[in-house]
Amino acid sequence: MLELQNICFSAGDHEGILKNVSFTVPDNRFVVITGPNGGGKSTIARIIAGLQTPDSGRILFNGEDITGLSITERARMGISYAFQQPVRFKGITVRDLIELASGEKLDRDHACKYLVEVGLCAANYIDREVNESLSGGEIKRIEIAVALARKSALSIFDEPEAGIDLWSFRNLIGVFEHLQDQLHGSILIISHQERILNIADEIIVLANGSIRTMGPREEVLPHLLKEESQAFCPRETN
Amino acid sequence: MEDNVKSMLQEVIERQEIPENAAYNIRSDGKAAARRNTKHIQITPKKDKPGIDIHVSGEAQKEEVFIPALVTHSGFTDLVYNDFYIEPGADVTIVAGCSVCSNGCDASEHHGIHRFFLGENAHVLYLEKHVGSGEGTGERIINPETEVYGDPGSYMEIETTQIRGVDSTNRVSRAVMQDNAKIEIREKILTHGKQYARTEFSVDLNGNGSSARLISRSVATEQSSQLFVSNMNGNADCAGHSECDAIIMDEGKVSAQPEIHAEHLDAKLIHEASIGRIAGDQLMKLMSLGLTEKEAEEWIIRGFLK
Repeated sequence: MLELQNICFSAGDHEGILKNVSFTVPDNRFVVITGPNGGGKSTIARIIAGLQTPDSGRILFNGEDITGLSITERARMGISYAFQQPVRFKGITVRDLIELASGEKLDRDHACKYLVEVGLCAANYIDREVNESLSGGEIKRIEIAVALARKSALSIFDEPEAGIDLWSFRNLIGVFEHLQDQLHGSILIISHQERILNIADEIIVLANGSIRTMGPREEVLPHLLKEESQAFCPRETN
Repeated sequence: MEDNVKSMLQEVIERQEIPENAAYNIRSDGKAAARRNTKHIQITPKKDKPGIDIHVSGEAQKEEVFIPALVTHSGFTDLVYNDFYIEPGADVTIVAGCSVCSNGCDASEHHGIHRFFLGENAHVLYLEKHVGSGEGTGERIINPETEVYGDPGSYMEIETTQIRGVDSTNRVSRAVMQDNAKIEIREKILTHGKQYARTEFSVDLNGNGSSARLISRSVATEQSSQLFVSNMNGNADCAGHSECDAIIMDEGKVSAQPEIHAEHLDAKLIHEASIGRIAGDQLMKLMSLGLTEKEAEEWIIRGFLK
């Protein structure tokens, strides 16, 4: 279980990016954080993964205080993090990342399986470099595939829909619907997508650095959808 | 062949043995240690200065010739002139490279001056690896000069690799390309300690349809320094592209001095250069997969120089 206690974060002149944020992600639960842009959602994800350090507050993972631990230590404890803007490399291939994520050498079919799950024709991608030649949508799918290969106790996805066109993303929804079956762990997704919200167990709405509301999807989502004027959770038009 | 010489040779050519059907000339401490000609590749020693002439017949297709040079001890300076005459239509891979070993306080030096004359539609893949070894305090110095003259339709590929070990290097490469002739130079360098590496490329694209691509990937660590100089002249309807990517670590220093000159309205020349430390998000991504910072650095450098 992940627990955040009174997390505060400022960056230079930008005070109050996060103000006393506390919540828990219980074991095997699917939690979505949503809210307007600039509300602090991605910062939360980065703080949990260890990419940023909070000014104050504590992060507990399975009862252990991980606030002072490095990215590597958290990763080895079972926290995975899919970047909102995936990182590009020179000379490192898709297969390299998948093998690093899974922690072992994989035969080709096994490595390709993760790419197929995110809708990529594996043969065309498995040996490609994760470099500038990949489109935004391609590298985003690869990022998700790499996260799947980690099979972590806690998987964090920062806006998996970002950079993927709406039509392709609908196909990806299935990946997230079956994620829990595969990962056997907790999932924390930052998202604006109604389809992602629809499959959440719990929803946290973060705005202006504070939690506006949180609770079971059945309670939170209807309120969000009623508030058509709210920019942070646009309804789909179909 | 002594074991230490054999292992130096294996490291330079990146093979256990020279293939049975390949021509070769092994130069060790300024002398020809072994030589073999083949039906299509003839190697003859020069009469007026140290070095060899390599004649590759147009009949040669996908054939190989190995011409490694070794300096096995300190206090020796090797100077060699090698000329390659590649007949029209030939397709050959030339495995060159040099290994210098320092076992004392004096320097070990190799100066190789190579000229390539490519006939029409000939193709050459030239592989050159620099290796420095030995526990001596004397400097390991390698200064290669390469000249390429490409007749119409010819294609020259050069891959050079120098990963650690060489204290000082000054590489000068010049090329003159005629109609539809193409040259591609791929360079990889990693320096450490107080090593210095200078690379100078100069290409004249004189023929219509000629093209050049220079790719330099370098890493300067500890107190080492590097200088990249390129000078590309577009004198016809041609295309030239040079890119210099460098990673600096510790107190490493890299300078890039790219020049492109268009002397023809249809010359299309591009230069790209980037120098900087390893991007923080690259490290963080690999660390988020469970690697330590050191392991992540090694992965990034290995990929960058792949």
